[in-house]
Amino acid sequence: MNLNDTEKAMLAGAMGEARQRAIIQQIQVGDFFDAVDFVPVAQAHIMADTESLGEAGVCFLEDLANEAEVDNQVCIPTITDPRGADFNTYKQINHDPAYVALEKRADQAFRALGVLMTDTCINYQTVIPPVRGEHLAMGDTGVVIYSNSVFGARTNYEGGPSALAAALTGRTPRYGFHLDENRLGTRLFQVKEQPKDWSQWGALGGFIGREMGSYYEVPVIEGIDVTPSSDDLKHFGAAMASFGSTALFHMVGITPEAPTIEAVFEGTPPAPHVISAKDMDAFFATYAMDDDALDVVVFAAPQLSLYELERLAKLLKGQTIHSDVALLIATNPENKRAAERMGLDDMISGSGAILMEGVCFYQMHARELGEANDWTRLMTNSAKLVNIISGYGYEPVLSDMERCVHSAIAGRIVR
Amino acid sequence: MSDLIIKGHLGIGPKASGEALVATDNFSARYDLDRIKGIFSRPAHKLFEQGYVGKVLVLNIAKGGVATAWMLHEMASRGMAPAALLLNFANPIIAQGAAFGQVPLIDRFDSDITTMIKTGDQVEVNPATGDVIVTQS
Repeated sequence: MNLNDTEKAMLAGAMGEARQRAIIQQIQVGDFFDAVDFVPVAQAHIMADTESLGEAGVCFLEDLANEAEVDNQVCIPTITDPRGADFNTYKQINHDPAYVALEKRADQAFRALGVLMTDTCINYQTVIPPVRGEHLAMGDTGVVIYSNSVFGARTNYEGGPSALAAALTGRTPRYGFHLDENRLGTRLFQVKEQPKDWSQWGALGGFIGREMGSYYEVPVIEGIDVTPSSDDLKHFGAAMASFGSTALFHMVGITPEAPTIEAVFEGTPPAPHVISAKDMDAFFATYAMDDDALDVVVFAAPQLSLYELERLAKLLKGQTIHSDVALLIATNPENKRAAERMGLDDMISGSGAILMEGVCFYQMHARELGEANDWTRLMTNSAKLVNIISGYGYEPVLSDMERCVHSAIAGRIVR
Repeated sequence: MSDLIIKGHLGIGPKASGEALVATDNFSARYDLDRIKGIFSRPAHKLFEQGYVGKVLVLNIAKGGVATAWMLHEMASRGMAPAALLLNFANPIIAQGAAFGQVPLIDRFDSDITTMIKTGDQVEVNPATGDVIVTQS
């Protein structure tokens, strides 16, 4: 890689050992992807829940936190993805205190580095929205795909250690979606059935993600004749990124780099893959069960917006969750405070549902939580969550928000 | 018995060797593995319930979330990591995780790597050159 004087100084150790280690790691990745040089980034977003970090990762962060402040402080605004434990509600869900203690250590280490603990995967809805053309180092697949696609910003998937390296160096190797040539469409999908709710937007995204090959494939979607909301596109993108390894999509007439189909293809567009109502039914059927047993209902992945919380609050107001079922909701600290101020939290909590902050269900030792609470059958409106959670020993059911809530109240899956 | 040399893109991490565990499926440490037991835990994965520790894992594409970047380091710290990863296409997360955890990784071979190596083959991996040497079983 070509390095400028600042980068050469970092590599030589003139700006401290932490930045030297960070840039060495970044150069290895840059060489792997044939990056020619670095690009400065405006923000970094770090995924570092303790389930992923483990003891080894937390010790790594603590060692970094113990280095001299001149060496270890992040040099661009740096925020965090959902954490592995909610310090307020962990007892209610029998979360192992050992994991909570580990989470506290990670939290303190990050604060010592100058990281802003936003604990969110919906920073684009609640912290600072990206700007078209802005180069970023975003560390959550849902955040990456939304930033690239809906805002036209430029970021690759930056895993925790990599986003932290970018936070320390203020740059990232220029490869992948930082480059114009990788932002054109490679596949075309034609939607015949308009998604009607968040679970259907997620299912559509999941269907397309499942069809994707390598990270460099960019799906283009035509045939959407409604204007999706931010939450619609949030579920759509998060599921696509989860089922695939997809970091950018274009939606013709809706996303900024795709005013027309011609704008996102070089030459003649490929023949479209038509997605029918039957395809969507088949997708939902993958996550349906023959019986109506139910243990836990989860609204998460991504964290809920204020509007999603409002809809849930209205559905739960005056209701009581069945004693055999748990209903868990994950949002970020900003929306939790807002929900408290606006009376939504009372409507939600009054039903027996648990509103967690700064976490996401699959990032908080979901396997151990399942064992501690005897949870196997899980119902959710998140297509992203059903994709992830079977690996943790759950039997996931995908349905819309209303049916999920009605099922939690009935204590069994309501069809 | 003969040695086969397969050429990939320059990789990341130190030299390694081990017995191959091969499938045409994709790979994500968070979605697919029980990292405590060291087995594939996603029922839909072709390697479901098979142990991966110390194996040269040969799979198609890196898929799914960002957690693998930390998890390779975490698995390596407990001696529960694969010996190496050979993929048709890595994504940034796997590459970043390999760099952070110093887990050997090579991708972008001349042809489909999952058809060129069989489970049980003895494999040597040299990321610095992108070479994979297979002693066929």
